[in-house]
Amino acid sequence: MRHLVFAWLLLVGFAASGARAADEGSAILTQRCAGCHNLTGPAPHTLKALWARKGPDFFYAGNKYRAEWLRAWLQKPTRIRPAGEFYADHVRSGEKGDEIDPTTLEPHLALPATDADAVAQALMRLKPHDELIAAERIEPGSISKSMGEMAFDKFLGCMACHEIEPGYGGASGPELYTAALRLQPEFIASYIRSPQAWDPKIWMPNKRVSDPNIQKLVHYLAELAKEQSHAK
Amino acid sequence: MPSNRSICAALVVGVGLTFSAMAQEPARDNYRTYCTQCHGKDGNGKGINIRDMSVQPRDHTDAKAMSGRSDDTIFKVIKEGGPSVDKSVLMPPWGDTFSDEEIRDLVAYLRQLCKCSYGASP
Repeated sequence: MRHLVFAWLLLVGFAASGARAADEGSAILTQRCAGCHNLTGPAPHTLKALWARKGPDFFYAGNKYRAEWLRAWLQKPTRIRPAGEFYADHVRSGEKGDEIDPTTLEPHLALPATDADAVAQALMRLKPHDELIAAERIEPGSISKSMGEMAFDKFLGCMACHEIEPGYGGASGPELYTAALRLQPEFIASYIRSPQAWDPKIWMPNKRVSDPNIQKLVHYLAELAKEQSHAK
Repeated sequence: MPSNRSICAALVVGVGLTFSAMAQEPARDNYRTYCTQCHGKDGNGKGINIRDMSVQPRDHTDAKAMSGRSDDTIFKVIKEGGPSVDKSVLMPPWGDTFSDEEIRDLVAYLRQLCKCSYGASP
């Protein structure tokens, strides 16, 4: 009986410290992140508001990200959007056409481990779109890289805007070779199904991708992420 | 049980509400936001996404090529995507992004860029 009480006290203690860390994370978010990230919603409903956005909206971060990826990335951030946000603000004329102007891209601040953990916990509490996530079902399965790339590029045209390896693919959307490491699979499926359900003015079109193809794309991004994990 | 007609009516009203909830945007702003990523900030078909594309985007300043497309065809390709007019899948459908009125404005904007009309390049 004494052991049970001890275990219960331990659990309550962990839960309390987790909630405390998340509260600290919320304070950090408000103080240091709110200038570039929307913490409260809604998503932009006008182009002017879209253009003013400096980083991804965070108000549905708990429906979107993987907590373990957030913790790691916040300590050692890398660029996910090759052309930044809003992409058109970071484009200049070059010899062969438009090119990204790297002088306009700012590096993301890095957080110490305890702050990164606290912020990740706070972000994971933000879940206003549980219904969109609950509507998705990811079937177990896999796809070869070549078959996945055929669907992704040749049949669906996604590579027009997204890189599938560093320096290969489009630049106006986020790179997707780490997508499955950073995003929940149900979010990936839901966002492909209707980007506008999450972000009404986003420059990613709804391509009316079929259910089987959504499954293929989720499995393909998982395959790409495996390569990234092995490459580390 | 609702009839098919009432379901259709509800869908039409729903789609209408989705677009009416957002103000109509000027064609120039829509073009900058959605089209320049591939067609280029100057409309010359040389956007930041083209490097690894198997099919290059249309140069909207090319009067000869653009005068060969009717306004209806341009409307259709914007709304329904390249495959709807036997063109590349790399041109996506924008029907869930723009209202029909915004697409009509975009067609007119493209005619300004090419300085041309259907069947008559300068």
